[in-house]
Amino acid sequence: MTTKTDMAENPPKSSLRKDIDENLKRVFQDALQEEVPDRFKQLLEQLRAKEGKK
Amino acid sequence: MTSFADPRDELAVHIPSLRAFAISLTRNVAEADDLVQDTILKGWSNIEKYTIGTDMRAWLFTILRNTFFSARRKTRREVADPDGIHAGSLFEKPAHDGRLAFTDFQRAFDRLSAEHREVLILVGANGYSYEEAAEMMGVATGTAKSRANRARARLCELLGMEAGEDFLSGHSGATLAVMGRSGIQAA
Repeated sequence: MTTKTDMAENPPKSSLRKDIDENLKRVFQDALQEEVPDRFKQLLEQLRAKEGKK
Repeated sequence: MTSFADPRDELAVHIPSLRAFAISLTRNVAEADDLVQDTILKGWSNIEKYTIGTDMRAWLFTILRNTFFSARRKTRREVADPDGIHAGSLFEKPAHDGRLAFTDFQRAFDRLSAEHREVLILVGANGYSYEEAAEMMGVATGTAKSRANRARARLCELLGMEAGEDFLSGHSGATLAVMGRSGIQAA
C-alpha cells in the first residue's frame, strides 16, 4: 500500500518547492552563524570534571 | 568519519546545529539556549542510550524537540495566535521573477506553528528523509509527509501565493482541474 502511494506521490520537485527549500536552508544557516556562547563548552567541561572525581 | 573513544566527546561537535535547530523552533535566542543546555545535560546523562555508529545529531535533535514540546504541554502556555498580531497584508507579492524575497520568507516562517517549523527545518533545511524526520517527531512517516506538505502550503498562503495546493495533492494540479471540471470519478 505504501509503495503504491509513494510512487504516485513523487512528482518532480516544482521550482517553488525548490525555492522554499533554499530559503529554509538559509533560515537554518543564519541561525547556525549565530555565535555559540561559551556556556556550553564550560558546561561540558564541568560535566567532564565531575566525572573525573567519581 | 571521526570516531570518538567516548561518545560524550562528540556532543560538542553538534552544539552549533542543536542551537540552530532550537532557534528555528523557538525563534527566541534566550529560550533556545536554555533548550540547548537541557539537551546537553540529557544527552550527557543518557549517553548509554545512544547507539554508537548512528547519527548522533539526529539523536540529540530528538532529545531537543521532545524537551521543547513537553515543556510546552506542561506549561500549557498557549502562544497568542501570531496571525492575530500580524494582521493585514504585511507581505509583498513575490517579485515578478517569481522568486521569494528572503525577508518575507522569514516573516512567514516565524508565523508558522512550531510543529510546522520543525518538520520544514528537518526535511527542507537539513535534508532528513520523511522516515528519519518521522522517527525524530515520534509519528508515522505518512504523518510527517502530510505535515510537511501542509506546512509548505501554509507558507505559501502566508506569502500570498496560491500554489499551496500543489503540495497537498499527489496529483498534478492540471489533472485535478480537468477531473474537477468534467466531474469524472475514479472508478
